[in-house]
Amino acid sequence: MRYLPKSPADREAMLKAIGLRSVDELFAPIPAEYRLNRDLKIPRQMAESEIVDWFRQRSRENGDGYTSFLGAGAYSHYRPVIIDSLISRGEFLTAYTPYQAEISQGTLQAIFEFQTMICELTGMEVANASMYDGSTAAAEAVMMAVRLTGRRSVVVARSLHPEYREVLATYATHQGMPLSLVEFGDDGRVDLKKLENLITPETACVLVQSPNFFGTIEDVDAVAAIAHKHGAMLVVSIAEAVSLGIVEPPRQADIIAMEAQSFGVPLGFGGPYCGVIATREKNVRQMPGRLAGQTVDKQGRRGFVLTLATREQHIRREKATSNICTNQALVALMVNIFMTVYGKVGLRELAKQNLAKTAYAASVFAKHGEILFAGAPRFNEFVVRTGEDPKAINGRLLGHKIVGGLPLAKFYPELGNAALWCCTELTMRSAIDTAAGLIAESERSVRSAKEEVEEMAR
Amino acid sequence: MKNAIKKATRHVNQNDGLIFEKSSPGKAAWKLPPLDVPEVDTKALLGSSERKDLGHMPEVSEIEIIRHFTRLSTWNYAIDLGMYPLGSCTMKYNPRVNEAVARVEGIANAHPYQPEKISQGALQIIKTLSEILIEITGLDAITLQPAAGAHGELTGLLLIRAYHKSLGKPRKKILIPDSAHGTNPATAAMVGYAVENLKSDSRGMVDVASLAAQMNDEVAALMLTNPNTLGVFEQEIHKIADILHAKGGLLYMDGANMNALVGKVRPGDFGVDLMHLNLHKTFSTPHGGGGPGSGPVAVRKILEPFLPKPVVVTNSDGTLVFDSDRPQSVGRVRAFYGNFGMFVRALAYIQANGPDGLRQTTEDAVLNANYIRKGLEGTYDLPYSTPTMHEVVFSDRLQAKKGVHTMDIAKRLIDYGFHPYTTAFPLIVPGAMMIEPTESESIEEMDLFVDAMKSIAAEVEEDAKTVLDAPHCTRVSRLDETTAARKPILRWKPGA
Repeated sequence: MRYLPKSPADREAMLKAIGLRSVDELFAPIPAEYRLNRDLKIPRQMAESEIVDWFRQRSRENGDGYTSFLGAGAYSHYRPVIIDSLISRGEFLTAYTPYQAEISQGTLQAIFEFQTMICELTGMEVANASMYDGSTAAAEAVMMAVRLTGRRSVVVARSLHPEYREVLATYATHQGMPLSLVEFGDDGRVDLKKLENLITPETACVLVQSPNFFGTIEDVDAVAAIAHKHGAMLVVSIAEAVSLGIVEPPRQADIIAMEAQSFGVPLGFGGPYCGVIATREKNVRQMPGRLAGQTVDKQGRRGFVLTLATREQHIRREKATSNICTNQALVALMVNIFMTVYGKVGLRELAKQNLAKTAYAASVFAKHGEILFAGAPRFNEFVVRTGEDPKAINGRLLGHKIVGGLPLAKFYPELGNAALWCCTELTMRSAIDTAAGLIAESERSVRSAKEEVEEMAR
Repeated sequence: MKNAIKKATRHVNQNDGLIFEKSSPGKAAWKLPPLDVPEVDTKALLGSSERKDLGHMPEVSEIEIIRHFTRLSTWNYAIDLGMYPLGSCTMKYNPRVNEAVARVEGIANAHPYQPEKISQGALQIIKTLSEILIEITGLDAITLQPAAGAHGELTGLLLIRAYHKSLGKPRKKILIPDSAHGTNPATAAMVGYAVENLKSDSRGMVDVASLAAQMNDEVAALMLTNPNTLGVFEQEIHKIADILHAKGGLLYMDGANMNALVGKVRPGDFGVDLMHLNLHKTFSTPHGGGGPGSGPVAVRKILEPFLPKPVVVTNSDGTLVFDSDRPQSVGRVRAFYGNFGMFVRALAYIQANGPDGLRQTTEDAVLNANYIRKGLEGTYDLPYSTPTMHEVVFSDRLQAKKGVHTMDIAKRLIDYGFHPYTTAFPLIVPGAMMIEPTESESIEEMDLFVDAMKSIAAEVEEDAKTVLDAPHCTRVSRLDETTAARKPILRWKPGA
C-alpha cells in the first residue's frame, strides 16, 4: 500500500523487537469471536489514475459546465488562484489545532488576522476562529444569547434561511428554548408590528438574517430598537458575506452569526463552509469556539496563543459553552486570504458589481414576471413570480445549460410560483438575457393559454 | 547535549508582521472585469443601508500576500515535516490525490440546490461512501451530515433521545467513563441529559461492576470510546453491551480511535448500537490547523427512522434523490448535506487502500504504537500495563521527581524536531503523555523519536533546566498564556 512506509522486513524486525511472532498477537485483546476474518466488502485497491478517473466521471454527471442562478445560502464568486496555492502548503494543510503555540505561530497569527478582519467587516469587537457553518453558528449564537440573558424563548424571522431555522429547531428541542416565528411583510422584511407583539419578558433574543433569505436588506435598526426595548438581544445572521462590502453591517446587533462561504470557499455541494460568531467584548466569555489572542514570550516578543479556553469542552466538559472542538480552520484561512486579496477597496467594488448585475437582472425579469418585495433594498438576490411553475421554466433552462432560480414553493407555499434568483459578479449578461427570454416565452404561453380558455368561455 | 538532536537543525526563517502593518492606500491584489451591465447608483438602490467605509481592511499587493502567508506557514509544524504523535488525534498522512479530486470542476463547483438530475455524481459519492462506512462499522444505516466528531456526538445523542421517546420514555442520563474526551459530557449537556461519571478499573477499562450498579431505566446510553483514550481495547465489551441492553439502554461508541479497528473488527459486531466516525482522523482528510472535519454517524436499524433529513435514496429508475419525507427524523443538524468535500477526500483514501490496504493500515498503526511502547518502557512510567492498540499513554511520574512535567518534556521534544504528544490527557493519568504514531511513520522516524525521548529523560537527570526552559530553537519561547486570558487582545487595532 503506497501510503505505508514499511517493507515486509521492517515489519518483521519490529515484531521481533517487540517480542511477538505475528501481527495477530497485537490484536489478541479483541475477543476472537468479534474479529473480522474476511476482507471488508468494499471496492478493491485502486491506482491513483483510476481514482482520478472515477471522480472525473462523477464530475461529468454533476452539472459541470452549467451557468447557475442559485444562491440561497451558497454563492458562486470568483476564487483568486492564490487561495489554493497558499492553503495547499503542507504546513497549513497538515497541521493540527495550534495548541502548541511555539510551533503553530503561522496558524495562530492567521487566525488573529481573520478575527480582526471579521470585526472590521461586521462592526463587532470580537470574532471567533470559526464554527461549522452559518446554520450552526446561528443556533450557537442563539444559545449564547440564552446564557447571557438568562431568558429562554426566541423569536425567529421567517425570512431566515429555512434550513437555518430547521437546524435551530433541532438544537433547541432539548434545551427548553421555545421558538416563535415572526412573519415578513409585503416588502419581504420582518413585520415590525408582529415582532412587537411576539416579544415577551422571556424573550432572550430575536434572530433575523440580513440580507435575508429573499435577498432583502432588513431594517436592522428598527428590529434592534424593538428587541432592546424589551431587554432582548438581537442576533443577526449573514449568509452572503460579500454584501458586507457595500451594505452597512448590523452594528446594533449583539451577536452576529455569519456564513463566510462567499469569501473564497468553493460551493462544494454544500460544504465545508465557514461559520463565524462575532459579538461585543463584554459577551466574549459566553462565546463558543476557539479564539486566538496576542501575548508575549519570555523575551517580550509578540506571539499568539489560543486563549480563554476555560469556555471550552476540553477544560469545562459538561459546563462548556459548546461541545465544538474541530472547527473549519482551513476554510477560515481561505476566507482570510480572500479578504486580504480584495481588502478595503476591492470588497466594495466586488459588492458593487454584484449589485449592478442583480439590478439589471431584476429590471429585465420585471418586464415579464412579477418581482416580489420590490419595496425594500436588496443585495444580490430577488424573488420572481411567474404564471407558470418555475420548475417547468427551469426544466427548459437546463436545456440551455442554465440552472434557474430556486423554486420557493417548498419553503413558502403562500408565495405561489415564486423562485429566488441570484446574480454575482460571475453572472454574464448573456445568461441573464437568455433566462429572461425563456421567462418571457413562458409568460406568453401562459397568457395565450389563458386567452384561449377565456375565448372558449365566451 | 546539543549533539543529541538528530532530526532537526536550526535554519533561518523570515520575520513578518501582521498584514495590516503592510497596508497602504492604493495597493491592490485584485482586478475585476469590466461590467457588462449598466453601472448602478448605489445610493439610490440602498439608501441608508449603503456602507461607506470598510474600516481598516488591508490594501496590499499579491506578492506581499504570497510572502506573508508563506512566511507564516514556515512557522508551523506539520505532518508533512515529520511525526506528529498527538494521541487521540490520528495525525496520519493526508494523501494529495484527495485534494486533487476534491477540486475537479463539477465536484468543487456543484451548488447544493442544483437539480438532482444534474447532481447524480455528488449523490453517487454520498451513496458509495455511506455503503462503505456501513460495511466498515458493521452497522445498518448512516448519516454523513454532521460536520465534525462533536457534531456527530450531538447527532447520536439526538437519535438516542428520539428513540427512547418513541418508546414512551425519553430517559435522563448518559454514562460517560472518566477517561472520555471532553466533547462527550459537553454534548450530553447540549441534548439535555445529566452526565454520570463511570470509573475505570485498575486495567484502565470500564469497571463492569460499577456499570451494572449504575445502570437503570433512567440511563439512555453509555458513550464509550473503544479503544479507549488509554489505547486499550475494552475486552469485556460484550458484557458492557449486555448490561446496557438488558435495561433498554444503548451503546454509543465514540469512533475517535477507529484507526485501531478498521478492517480487523466491526463495532456493530461487538454490540455497538451507534457511533460516529471522524473522517479527519481515520480516513485521512487534512486537519488543516483545526478543521474542517466530518463526523458521520452509523446506526443500527432501530435508529434509522430518526436519522437527520434529508437522506439519499434510490428511485425505481436507478436515479438518486434526496428524501426529506422522514416524519420521525430528529431534523437537520446542518444546512445542506454536511462537509461534502470531506466525503470526497475520505472516499479517495478508501479507494487508494481497498480492503487489504485498510487492514494493513490498521495493523501498522497498532504495530507502531507497540514499537514505541517497547522503546520507551523503562524510561518513562507506564501507568497501565494493559495491551496497547493504536496509542500508548505514559506518565511523567519518574521525571516529576525532578520537577519536570509532561508539558516540559513536550516542549523539549519540539527542539528535537517533533510535534509533542498529547499532554495531560486522559484525565485519569496524572501527567499523561499520550502517544499515537499512526501507520504513517517509518522505523527510522520512530527510532529518532524514541531516541529523542530517551535523550530528554537523560537531560532531566543531568540538566533539568534545559528541559524546563524549552523550547530553545523556536521563533518564540513559551508564551504568557495567563496575561493572554486575563487581558485578552483578540484583534489588531491601529496604533496598538
